[in-house]
Amino acid sequence: MSIRTRKAATALAATAAIALMASACTGSSENEAQDDPKAKTTLTFWHGWSAASEVKAVQENVKRFEATHKNIKVKIVGNMTDDKINQALRAGGSSAPDVVSSFSTTTVGQFCSSGAFVDLNEYLKKSNIDPAKVFYKPLLDYTQFEGNQCSLPLLSDAYGLYYNKDAFKAAGITAPPKTWSEFEKVAQKLTKPKGAGYQQLGFMPNYHGYETTNSHYLSQWSPTYFDANGKSNVAKDPAFARMMTYQKGLVDKLGGYAKLEKYRNTFGDEWGAKHPFHTGQVAMQLDGEWRLGMAKDAGVKFDIGTAPLPVADDQVADYGKGYLAGTIIGIASTSKKKNAAWELVKYMTTDTAAVVAFSNGIRNVPSTIDALKSPDLKFDPAFKTFIDIAQHPKSNTSPANIDGGAYHTTLQDLAYQYEAGKVKDLQAGLEKAARQIDTDIAKLK
Amino acid sequence: MTTYTLRSKRRRAALRTAAFLSPWLIGFSVFFAYPLISTVYFSFMRYDGIRPPVFDGLDNWTYVFNDYPLFWPAVQNTLWLVLVAVTCRVAFGLGIGLLITKIKTGAGVFRTLFYLPYLAPPVAATLAFVFLLNPGTGPVNSILESFGISAPGWFTDPTWSKPALTILAVWGIGDLMVIFMASLLDVPKEQYEASKLDGASPWQQFRFITLPNISPIILFAVVTGVIQAMQYYTQPLVAGKVASGVIGGSGQQFEPGYPDKSTLTLPQIIYNAGFQRFDYGAAAVIALVLFGLSMLFTAFLMRSRGGLIRVGD
Repeated sequence: MSIRTRKAATALAATAAIALMASACTGSSENEAQDDPKAKTTLTFWHGWSAASEVKAVQENVKRFEATHKNIKVKIVGNMTDDKINQALRAGGSSAPDVVSSFSTTTVGQFCSSGAFVDLNEYLKKSNIDPAKVFYKPLLDYTQFEGNQCSLPLLSDAYGLYYNKDAFKAAGITAPPKTWSEFEKVAQKLTKPKGAGYQQLGFMPNYHGYETTNSHYLSQWSPTYFDANGKSNVAKDPAFARMMTYQKGLVDKLGGYAKLEKYRNTFGDEWGAKHPFHTGQVAMQLDGEWRLGMAKDAGVKFDIGTAPLPVADDQVADYGKGYLAGTIIGIASTSKKKNAAWELVKYMTTDTAAVVAFSNGIRNVPSTIDALKSPDLKFDPAFKTFIDIAQHPKSNTSPANIDGGAYHTTLQDLAYQYEAGKVKDLQAGLEKAARQIDTDIAKLK
Repeated sequence: MTTYTLRSKRRRAALRTAAFLSPWLIGFSVFFAYPLISTVYFSFMRYDGIRPPVFDGLDNWTYVFNDYPLFWPAVQNTLWLVLVAVTCRVAFGLGIGLLITKIKTGAGVFRTLFYLPYLAPPVAATLAFVFLLNPGTGPVNSILESFGISAPGWFTDPTWSKPALTILAVWGIGDLMVIFMASLLDVPKEQYEASKLDGASPWQQFRFITLPNISPIILFAVVTGVIQAMQYYTQPLVAGKVASGVIGGSGQQFEPGYPDKSTLTLPQIIYNAGFQRFDYGAAAVIALVLFGLSMLFTAFLMRSRGGLIRVGD
């Protein structure tokens, strides 16, 4: 080895050693709470809400907490995305959050399995709270992973059908459809073509039509995403193939994929006043309970009807069910104030008065059984549909997984290809998707 | 004694050299060597940023090459952009540079006009392009359709999304145009005059005088263009995200590379693997592939030079 090569090798080895030492120092997280929850302290709470009325509702909720817990001050940081949350949970540091809430339920599996969020089972036990008595099962399903209850529900979302009552009246339709075959007929009846597009579309079935994602459709076929061994069930449970076949049929009957996609590109922003349901571009919309408040804020000129989504023709007895998800809240494992943080999480998620007041402020469905039945809950008849969906025994969710929802993306990829007519053999596509899901999960375990 | 003085003198000289070199050495170690070595290290580890890393052998490598569904589409798209977008950027940059140097009046106005788009922030420029090229409401398609041309779906159609990105890249050509203009004005005038006397046509003048004179600049534009294209991140990400209309929420998953993975690039999947799936091992492998490809392209271009650089350049 020449002197120059030897020097270079030494430098390389030294740098490698630094790299290894630095990496060995990362990744530690302690789960034991040492702090005194009665001591004076300040917590940092991150949330994702950004609209002025929502931010105000969060602040009011926290103020109520501070009034009952004089020793704890809460520093609120809003408008946080999952990407920012995920990185902060890994980086830690003095400005990192103690308590975090997220709109996405698909990341819960990642949060729990990696230990980014503290397992709350022990805290629940210490506070004598039996989660099964406080929350409905679907909400517990999406807030835990493999028994690790690393988050709790902070209000929930129920998905149902919105319809334009005036358009229904004009088309001579008297009641919202209960089965998917009825729905298909109603959607066709409400569709008025205009040139190469539409004057009014009965329903936008395409997966990019905002909330018409496959997990939202799938709830109405009650699918089982994983078998008892944790393997993907998408090729074995017929619910998946049946839903995708139905959706593709609807796409074809309402004008075909290309024509619908072109029309979709004329839609306004999902969260703005020009949403296609508000403007009358579509007569029916699959959406969450928040749409009601948003539509009213946008000043829509027609009567809004709400109903549960239709069900598969052989599941009429289950009519009334829907997809449930919602905001989740947890304690960062990097927090040094876990006991105080638990006080905030416990208050926000299990105190009936707090949950009801927050639900009234944010206009989301309450997440506890008691709050759903509370007489203080303010809602109009159209909102009641979602309260009922939230309490329906057959309502379901998509389970948390270690891959942070990559299984949804895989299934969604196939769905996009199938609705566009690029995949012809659905069963073969589902089998391939199942293999991909299993491989992705095995990689992360 | 003499030897000792000589040695200490040499040592002092070496120390002085090292001191002068230290800013570079520190920069090189902190911003290049350390990240590179730790990327190689993590490419053999299973690591999610929280639990301690575990040695995983070649698992990350086989996963990325065989099973990661976004990898090959991203490689293909990146190569497509390297070939097409770089060629178009260099051709247009040179073309506009040539045009502006030839213009007698109002050259300043044109220069400003072509340079301005380069100053637009990438996110804003992409949003504007998604709006302009919207197949349903965009003015570009309205104009095309008024002429009876069947307008493409641009960012919503996998066949047209990359050409749309290329148009966006060509639109922001200002930097290249300025560099080409400076080099074109540097070509000795007497060479043109002499060739004119010999009866050379404008094409012959371009081929045998302009091109050889500006060849190092062309090589520079190609090499930096290739590196830029390999790191294309903001524009395809924003275009895909906005055109898909799916922002993400409960039960919603953002579709990477909308439509149909056609706007995926390697930097995007590094982010996806590393900071969304928290599979740092796979992300490190993709980062190394990107690094390797960039080195390969640059080495190939510098070595072959494509006959662009003459001896003495």
